[in-house]
Amino acid sequence: MKVLVVGLNHKTANVATREKLAFTGAKLEEGVLGLRQIPEVKEAALLSTCNRVEIYTCVSDIEAAVENIKKFLASFHNITVKDFEESLYSLTESHAVRHMLRVASSLDSMVLGEPQILGQLKDVFDFALNKKTTGILLNKLFKSAISTAKRVRTETKIAENAVSISFAAVELAKKIFTDLSGKSFMLLGAGEMAELAARHLVRNGVKEVAVVNRTYSGGCELAGEFNGRAVRFEDFLHELAHMDIIICSTGAPTYILVREQMNKVMKERKHRPVFIIDISVPRNIDPDINKIENVYLYDIDDLQEVIDSNILERKKEAEKAEQIIDDEVEKFIKWMSSLDSVPTIVALRRKAEVIKNEELEKFKGKCPDLSEDRLKAVEYLATAIVNKLIHPPTSALKEDTEDKDELIAMIKKLYGINGCNVED
Amino acid sequence: MGTILFELALTCYFAVTIIGIIGLFKGSKESSQLMLVVTGAGFLIHSASIVYRYISAGHLPITSMYEATSFFAWCIVLIFFFLEYRYKIGIMGSFILPIVFILMLSSSVLPRGIHPLSPVLQSYWLGIHAFLAFLGNAAFAVAFGIGIMYLLQEHYLKSKNTHGLFKRLPSIQVLDEINYKLITLGFPLLTLAIISGALWAESAWGSYWRWDPKEVWSLITWFIYALILHLRLTAGRRGKRAAILSVIGFLIVLFTFFGVNLISTKSLHSFS
Repeated sequence: MKVLVVGLNHKTANVATREKLAFTGAKLEEGVLGLRQIPEVKEAALLSTCNRVEIYTCVSDIEAAVENIKKFLASFHNITVKDFEESLYSLTESHAVRHMLRVASSLDSMVLGEPQILGQLKDVFDFALNKKTTGILLNKLFKSAISTAKRVRTETKIAENAVSISFAAVELAKKIFTDLSGKSFMLLGAGEMAELAARHLVRNGVKEVAVVNRTYSGGCELAGEFNGRAVRFEDFLHELAHMDIIICSTGAPTYILVREQMNKVMKERKHRPVFIIDISVPRNIDPDINKIENVYLYDIDDLQEVIDSNILERKKEAEKAEQIIDDEVEKFIKWMSSLDSVPTIVALRRKAEVIKNEELEKFKGKCPDLSEDRLKAVEYLATAIVNKLIHPPTSALKEDTEDKDELIAMIKKLYGINGCNVED
Repeated sequence: MGTILFELALTCYFAVTIIGIIGLFKGSKESSQLMLVVTGAGFLIHSASIVYRYISAGHLPITSMYEATSFFAWCIVLIFFFLEYRYKIGIMGSFILPIVFILMLSSSVLPRGIHPLSPVLQSYWLGIHAFLAFLGNAAFAVAFGIGIMYLLQEHYLKSKNTHGLFKRLPSIQVLDEINYKLITLGFPLLTLAIISGALWAESAWGSYWRWDPKEVWSLITWFIYALILHLRLTAGRRGKRAAILSVIGFLIVLFTFFGVNLISTKSLHSFS
């Protein structure tokens, strides 16, 4: 039995191809059950996200399985193999294991270190367990992938630095205020990016939200969404003095806030620190304002720079993560090879031998004046019983059956043989 | 015995200074925990050395420059532990414990002989006056370290640089708050130290104020910290200005403590 991963991702396929091969909704179950119908495929699980479609399998014959999986994909999605063949990768054995561990640890993601993929993979695993489409090998592989991802998360800083505008804004705000609860926040203008950042600030507990919009009604609508209140554009300067965080994203062609105005605001608010984020282009807030004490003004380029440097940092952390992956792949491969039948037979025999010898010693201790001949006879008897007892499992192991991995695991469990004993 | 305890404490503070400096470049949770443990050990040994000295001298061990400097350092560590317990800012030690080490190091080169107390110092005022002064100055010493941290973090934020210590330094608001608290602790202590000193002087020499150099410089120190509090409470001037002034304030404290004794040996406060 061999591990095989067939799939495509954002690096190998464009959106159109990924869309064509996506398994959404009810198709997921249909797909995974369909895959199990392929004769070579013994275990299967299916991951379908917007960035990747991947099929994790255990197969008896790699080449045949790959061919049949391709055919299955084509017929399932009503396309031809040629439509996606070039984007498809198939990885086997240790390459497949490594790939899966990297995917789970978000080292293969579009945004390095993003946390969603692990959750998605867990869902895939739960689904497969539910539908009983996986067996001993894939189950172990999924568990290993999930624990590896957790190790990467705790032992490296891969997920620590913000790589989106809204997260970067909150991260910076926390270096000014520590705790955002109890802070007031003003959203000046609208726009997707500004609203996303606003939502993120609200989630981090800002106390008061004021929304200023071009039209008062638009402001009211948006304010409702954040549980805040709308402020008329004409009044925003008066409100500024008790705002700790301001996000500005209006379509105004010029500065709507200049240095002299801000000086007054600062005096009024007794120079308590203010964090201003100006994501509008052209800029709406006079960059000179950053020179005022206790005012921290970041424009869209500043935030982008923060993000870029954080991405570099994540890449550095990814190198550390790769070492963890190496380590875990090795562990998994070791476990897999312990599933081989020959070492299991050897271990089983050795175990029986040890038990037999122990019991004989005990027996000798109990009957010390037994003659040599008698002792020989007892030994003969013990050997015969042991051999009879281990004969069926041994011959079962020697047979070439399809569910051999499970058989090996079962025998190991029944006889209390663990993987480590096999090597010595 | 006293010497061994002192040297041991000095060694601990040296170790935490090294750990602290390494921690600035390559910090981790483990390194700040190690720093706390070693500082804790140093503090206990240091306390033992002060108690030992008290017993063997028979009076409060703050009457020679050596004793005073060591006690000053001890007060700083005490305040450091309070802050660390309250705020848990791992990197803080890297900025404050080196001050402790430098003080202890300068203490270690000073003569260590135990002198009999001159009659004028044999008063309960000695304990009150000196303890208030040292604890107040220790608060200013910690405010100095916190002020440096503030200025660094403020610089990172203003220059939009998120590398280096930015991620590990706490927020400027927390640093400003700690700075303010330390000054509101140190300022009344210094005020009381000056008042108790005046009362003591009156009872010993018959005049409250004699323009002794130490008195003059303490007054200058007092004015600096009064200015910080004044700016903050009236105009809300906080942050950078308070941080810069608390750095300057501590430099004057140091001069009052060491410098005055160097330029004037006739001072009433000269340790002899």
